[in-house]
Amino acid sequence: MFYIGKNQLARQGQTLAKTKQLDWSGRFASLAKTSKYPSLKAFYQQGVISASTPLLDVPMVALDFETTGLDPSRDSIVSIGLVPMSISRIRCGESKHWIVKPKTNLHSASVVVHGITHSAVADAPDFSNVIDTLLGCLRGKIVVAHHAPIERRFLHAALMRHLQEGIEFPVIDTMAIEAQFSRRKSQEIWRSLLGRQRTSIRLSDSRTRYHLPYYRQHNALTDAIACAELLQAQCVTHLSLDTPVSAIWS
Amino acid sequence: MQAEQSEVLDFFRRHSPFSDLSEEVLTNVANNVEIAYFRAQSTILPLGQDNHHWYVIRSGVVEVFRRDGKLYNRLGEGDFFGEQSLMLSRPIRFPVTALEDTLVYLIGEETFNYLFDNFEHFADYVEVEDLTRLRQFTTKREDGDSLLTAKVATLITSLPVSVSCTTTVQRAAIRMTEENVSSLLVIDSEKGQDVSSGSVVGIVTDLDIRSRLVAKGLSTDIAVADIMSTDLIYVQSNHFVFDAMMLMLKHNVQHLPVLKKEQHIGLISHLDILRYESQNSLFVVRSISNAQNVDELAALKQEVEGSFTRMVYQDANSKMIGSAMAAIGRSFKQRLCELAEAELGAPPVPYCFLALGSMARGEQLIVTDQDNALILDNSFEPKLHDDYFKALATFVSDGLARCGYSYCTGNIMASNIHWRQPLAVWRQYFTEWIQKPSAESLLHSGIFFDLEGVWGQINWAKELNQLIRQTATKNSRFLACMSRNALLRTPPLGFFKDFVMETDGRQSNSINMKRRGTAPIADLVRVHALAVGSQARNTFERLEDIIEAGILPPGRGLDLRDALEFIAMVRIRNQVSDIELKREPDNNIEPEYLSDFERKNLKEAFQILSSAQRYMKFRYQPGRVN
Repeated sequence: MFYIGKNQLARQGQTLAKTKQLDWSGRFASLAKTSKYPSLKAFYQQGVISASTPLLDVPMVALDFETTGLDPSRDSIVSIGLVPMSISRIRCGESKHWIVKPKTNLHSASVVVHGITHSAVADAPDFSNVIDTLLGCLRGKIVVAHHAPIERRFLHAALMRHLQEGIEFPVIDTMAIEAQFSRRKSQEIWRSLLGRQRTSIRLSDSRTRYHLPYYRQHNALTDAIACAELLQAQCVTHLSLDTPVSAIWS
Repeated sequence: MQAEQSEVLDFFRRHSPFSDLSEEVLTNVANNVEIAYFRAQSTILPLGQDNHHWYVIRSGVVEVFRRDGKLYNRLGEGDFFGEQSLMLSRPIRFPVTALEDTLVYLIGEETFNYLFDNFEHFADYVEVEDLTRLRQFTTKREDGDSLLTAKVATLITSLPVSVSCTTTVQRAAIRMTEENVSSLLVIDSEKGQDVSSGSVVGIVTDLDIRSRLVAKGLSTDIAVADIMSTDLIYVQSNHFVFDAMMLMLKHNVQHLPVLKKEQHIGLISHLDILRYESQNSLFVVRSISNAQNVDELAALKQEVEGSFTRMVYQDANSKMIGSAMAAIGRSFKQRLCELAEAELGAPPVPYCFLALGSMARGEQLIVTDQDNALILDNSFEPKLHDDYFKALATFVSDGLARCGYSYCTGNIMASNIHWRQPLAVWRQYFTEWIQKPSAESLLHSGIFFDLEGVWGQINWAKELNQLIRQTATKNSRFLACMSRNALLRTPPLGFFKDFVMETDGRQSNSINMKRRGTAPIADLVRVHALAVGSQARNTFERLEDIIEAGILPPGRGLDLRDALEFIAMVRIRNQVSDIELKREPDNNIEPEYLSDFERKNLKEAFQILSSAQRYMKFRYQPGRVN
């Protein structure tokens, strides 16, 4: 998870326009035909669960990237954490954590945030080395992320760079869910009338609302797990477990 | 290569029993957990569900229930559940529900079994937690069946059989045989025909006929009035079976008439109780009085611990446990006095062996000092008699030490010449302490204000208690000095993380629950009890008198009682777990072993004590004295 400042977030909001993809099954079927790279082709061929699948039965994988910055065209991925999950279980035994060599130099500002230093990435594998395994981990599962546009756009950009073809996939964004349920319009109006700040939907603040523990450490894997726990909490708090996945994916 | 779960690992490192595992094992366990979130009020493990995971609470609070829906336990961060169904390969018997939003780590059955089979300390830790429940499960199967929760009324099988006091012993014996009973109530027909308490004048038992008639070669034609016991000890039908047992232990009787609203409704014997509950402190007391020498007495130490832990498993409260342990302690002293007399010969002058402190208050636990003293007859001549009493005191004191009652570090023992004195000197001691008090002189003698006779001329102890009651009440300077000393030991502020937080902000790793909890409460209650002239010695009973006297602000007395109960039970449970883990039991508790629930309640209990101490300061003005 990359920690975004308030101003940066506003700018991101303008550039990252949401594209609603409702017929993911159809989209995957056609991409499976056009895709050339074998593991990407396999990813699409696995297909995607139907939009009506109840939350209880959705196979998911929580994903978090740490990046050198916020612009997918200039910045690159430094580390990847993922953990397979469902609404009822998070399976740490199948989790993955990689540090990869970024294409661009590490900004000193981002070093402060994710604590990955130049020496740590010097011996790290190149992103191309983990592509096959990564796609294998995502295959057949719905990606869960906090502020998912980062993961979605950076993965797309990275694959473009290495394979000359991008990637499309449905995501469940815990930040969007939090915005929907914790920032109800009437509440926010009251808050602004009372001169209070908007309800924070940052990962750690959102977790607090569900009495999830505070995590001291931040790396791509602990943040992926933190996000996975948040989704479980959000679902059992706000949604019924037979809600179709289409209600929360995009 | 598995990804390292640094947060999970970090959590395990901070909690037992994981913290004792090697880093390698721990990493492996941490990397393979599953995580699940449960919203407050949702079911985590339903009754009867198959279970293949061991649950460790990462955050939040859960409640464990019995099958009948009663709350069994409340668990917080670092606690665990589900092990019982794994160990027995049975479906869930204790359903679990989230009380607060809860995050749990699930450890797979295979991993759990691996840890349990390969790491002894881990297994011990888990098993102790679990055995407690298993045993409770078995002893609690028929609720209300326990010695501690059943009422005396449940022991009564038939109405009491009575005879007139003019009946001959032979007629009475025939009647007993016909009715198949071992005791009879004796009625004075002039006072009434029925068995109301006004007309009952005595009780006759099998034992009376044997020892007071047959053994003495008397005629069976004499009246039962001539051999009956007249100092009747009654028990109320709505009291606990346990209370009846304590009465028998205390007065050394084997039969108790049962009253219900002044009416005799039955007679119970020690056999009724023994039949009822085969493993209890009555058995231990019996073994003590049957022991033939100090070696045999010392060998009973484990039985004492067993009876102590059993009571805790049976959900006894601290008062029950304290008085049973005190009864056991008293029996040790009595038997040691008897053995000493057998070895040294009959005493040259009468004496009374005293219990002081927690034993006298009926608040003894497993870890305890021996505080004792001797009152001698006023005809005592040191040159002629002291060799005998010194030897007796030393015999008893050494014997107690071997039975697990360590020597008193303040040397308050009968082996110390100061505390082996004639009654007249004791009267002087108390008069001096009360009439010319100083905080300094009372610092070491405060313990004498909880005093009980256990052997010999125990009425002398009553005499001293009466002297205290008559003179202490009105002496404000004495009360001020006592309260000054009672303020020397204070509770901590609370807890912060795994540390004990002191009022000045210092932190320590452990807390002595006696010194910082139960003892300051007993000290404080003693001062109030002396002020209101209470006859009670037990802290809970003293509190009742104090509440009745109305000297505390409303509600504070009950708060204090609850605080004492909670602190005492934490202390007791800690000793039980020490015993189970084969460690030497002590009074120290490390906060890291306390559940969130215990921490919260302990903190509250400490605050109650703290405010009670402030109130005492206001009431008795200890600042005026030096």
